[in-house]
Amino acid sequence: MNETPFMEFLVSARKNANFLVGAFIILSVVFVAIFAPVLAPYGYDTANKADRLQPPSAKYPFGTDDFGRDMLSKVIYGARITLQIALIGTFIQMFLGVTVGMVSGYFGGFIDKFLMYIADLAWCVPGIILALAVVTLLGKGLNNSIIAISLVNWTQFARIVRAKTMAIKNQAFIETGIAFGEKTPAIMLRYIFPNIVPALIVMISMQLPSTVISTTALSFLGLGSQPPSPDWGLALSNGMKYVSRGQWLSIFPGIAMVYTVFGFNLLGEGIRDLIDPHVKSY
Amino acid sequence: MLKLDRLSVEYRVRGGYLSAVKDVSLNIGEGEIFAVVGESGCGKSTIAHSIMRLLPDRNERVLGGIYFEGHDLNALNDRQMTGVRGKKIGMIFQNPLDSLNPVYRSGSQVAEAIFLDKKNRAEVWREVIEFYREMKMPDPAQSVRSFPHELSGGMRQRVMIAMMLARNPKLLIADEPTTALDVTIEAQILEIMSRLRADFNTSILLITHNFGIVAEIADRVAVMYAGEVAEQGSVFEIFQSPSHPYTELLMKALPHQSKREGRLRTIEGSVPRITSAAPGCRFCNRCPAASERCEKHAPPVKHLSSTHSYACHNR
Amino acid sequence: MTGTENMLASQADAEIMIEMSGVKKYFPLRGGFFGPTLKVRAVDGVSLTVNRGGIVGLVGESGSGKTTLARMILKLVKPTEGVIKIDGVDITKATAEQETKMRSEIAVVFQDPASNLNPRQTVESSISRPMIIHGVKKSDARAQAHDVMSMIKMDEHYLRSYPHQLSGGQLQRIAIARALVLKPKVIILDEPTSALDISVQAQVLNMLLDLQESMNLTYMIITHDLNVIRYFSDTVAVMYLGKLVEYGHTEEVTGNPRHPYTQGLMGASPILDPSLRGRTKKLLPGEPGSLINLPKGCRFFPRCDKADGRCEKREPDDVTVGPNHTVNCFLYDGRKAGD
Repeated sequence: MNETPFMEFLVSARKNANFLVGAFIILSVVFVAIFAPVLAPYGYDTANKADRLQPPSAKYPFGTDDFGRDMLSKVIYGARITLQIALIGTFIQMFLGVTVGMVSGYFGGFIDKFLMYIADLAWCVPGIILALAVVTLLGKGLNNSIIAISLVNWTQFARIVRAKTMAIKNQAFIETGIAFGEKTPAIMLRYIFPNIVPALIVMISMQLPSTVISTTALSFLGLGSQPPSPDWGLALSNGMKYVSRGQWLSIFPGIAMVYTVFGFNLLGEGIRDLIDPHVKSY
Repeated sequence: MLKLDRLSVEYRVRGGYLSAVKDVSLNIGEGEIFAVVGESGCGKSTIAHSIMRLLPDRNERVLGGIYFEGHDLNALNDRQMTGVRGKKIGMIFQNPLDSLNPVYRSGSQVAEAIFLDKKNRAEVWREVIEFYREMKMPDPAQSVRSFPHELSGGMRQRVMIAMMLARNPKLLIADEPTTALDVTIEAQILEIMSRLRADFNTSILLITHNFGIVAEIADRVAVMYAGEVAEQGSVFEIFQSPSHPYTELLMKALPHQSKREGRLRTIEGSVPRITSAAPGCRFCNRCPAASERCEKHAPPVKHLSSTHSYACHNR
Repeated sequence: MTGTENMLASQADAEIMIEMSGVKKYFPLRGGFFGPTLKVRAVDGVSLTVNRGGIVGLVGESGSGKTTLARMILKLVKPTEGVIKIDGVDITKATAEQETKMRSEIAVVFQDPASNLNPRQTVESSISRPMIIHGVKKSDARAQAHDVMSMIKMDEHYLRSYPHQLSGGQLQRIAIARALVLKPKVIILDEPTSALDISVQAQVLNMLLDLQESMNLTYMIITHDLNVIRYFSDTVAVMYLGKLVEYGHTEEVTGNPRHPYTQGLMGASPILDPSLRGRTKKLLPGEPGSLINLPKGCRFFPRCDKADGRCEKREPDDVTVGPNHTVNCFLYDGRKAGD
């Protein structure tokens, strides 16, 4: 009877195939990322001039690149970068989006108009162009490209959080809280924020894959990670040069990429199915 | 006019069926206002929806007979049922805004109902305005041109009734028609419904939780509890000599006096979840007179008069 | 405002808990980009007093301003004009310290059981939160939460539940428990039983009455159900389009309504007795008008069957028609108290 919402979530999660498969995939990526030094046969930047552009073999299961670096090790270490992108990027977006969305939705009026005007601006500039501008301004590099993508994508968080906040702030328990003398920060953090969390989790799970893809695209264009980083996007772009001679250069990072994004998508889908009925009933 | 014979609506669950409505039998005569009254979750709306075959047909099955003018509605196919719906039996809901199409003018939605009989446009509009006048809409010539969202809740409900009336149905099912309205507007709608019965001899099946409305306009009443009819009879029989313990307690729980004349009776406990097919009386866990027999056996239906009957072991 | 003064005089012996005079609330409404700023006159000059330990019922159709009036007492909206005193303190001019105290003295229970409690908090933290805001230690607050559960006759194990695990009646009782924990003087009940079934409504109403008697609480109850008002409240205030049209003892106002609007309201209210069906009842025509374009004279004039030339031209004054019974209507202008 007295199960916490989290327990209820776990009980129904056991029956959701999307959630289970997605969670398995993502956990496997996390595992590989954590134990990369143990799992990788070589260092990701250990160049072996003698073994340049070797096809997959027993010694190099995924082959080697144009500097003779082991592709398997690069793919394994690349998982770290991908997860870093996903977590940091989505966190920045969420932080910006939740702050702006809650302030905008709760206070309304001029503040709301102003903040939504900024969000509209960020939204109507094509994402990749804004990202290019940011990268040009801040310089090339993985961290800058994560920031660039976050500055483009946060508006989606802001909009949904704003809509949720506006719906929740009119509910009776908010007014009761105010009538009891609750201060504004407490209303926002204790009353509104916890009720946004379910929607936020769904949002995060949907933003994770798109953040990974956009940031990888910047690396692919040469604006993100710089060599010798094991970034999958960079590896893909490097592989393009040898499409006819060494397909393994792009195939394996590509598969890793698809596997991870697919995992995030399944997990997101599963979480949405599990949480949405609750979101509605609140 | 309408006869329900041991109507049950069962939902499929793992390992069997649960009945949301169980063995409901009732008769509605021509020009009669019959109220089905009960608390939330007692199955009163499910009855209305099963008559109109508007249940979300996935996991439920309807057992028993639904006879309308002597024909078994369950035997009709979906196309024949569409003919009955609207034309012979009309239905109005609690929230008329959901039932009206927001992109058409309210008058043209009523007109559509008349158009079926192929008349010319001007004539149809005159008729619609006439209907609006009959519904006491303010400024009928103007309000036929308004969109649903421009109308107040009471006016929307009038438009709904006008739409139903346009097809001249034999039976009108009204599912909580005034719950969303202010009392003064409620009184106006109830007045329209009684006039409908007087002028067109339309039978009305009124689904409501409001005993006040029942006392005001119903001829006969069925009191439902947890999917079953606890008691049915004429409105006077129910209000003046309630015989089922549930009805009796409800009557004492209704606020018709001042607190100075004594506190209201309450009914302890809560409605059982219909999760198990318990064989006994569904009210037994809250009934002050319950005995072991009540838990084990379904109560027999006892008749006090040709109209008045109730289901209880002990009385 | 002679009527109000008389009313105050007759109540001078009792202790006044809520006192409102000339309270107005206008909401601005922008009429298009270049249009004039319009005003929604939600509450337009209401004066009302409620004694300690009294139960006042506010009735009226939607848009009559009864909810806005209650929200002003709760300081959720600020009055445009007028004075509201709670236990002698003017809440519109309260200092920060007075305001904190005032917040603990006025509690509220809203209509919708599902949204009355924070869905993400356990019952226990919902109940103890008001105490924590007002400086009670966390452990003491928890202990008190346990005590208050017995006052609302619910088992303590419900403290660990979340709102969606409880029924409407249980939620409403918990909302009442939360309203009680700060030992308030006044509780605003905004349609507290409208969403409940009859058997549960009876439980909640009885419980509220028991608590009111034992703690000498003052209630202001808003409801559209006149049968509930008849049972529950000592005095009734009838509102129409932002104005108080009739005020008096419940038996007086419901049994012998004077204002044509009150008469219409009583006539429309279904009576729980089929044998009274044939009674002559007055049906009000039409619907309340807009709060923006109010008629110049009496607001009820367009729907009134007894209106004459005066009603169209100017607004009527409050007239005292009996002990503690005032009516805002020209009909009683000529024959004052004790007709």
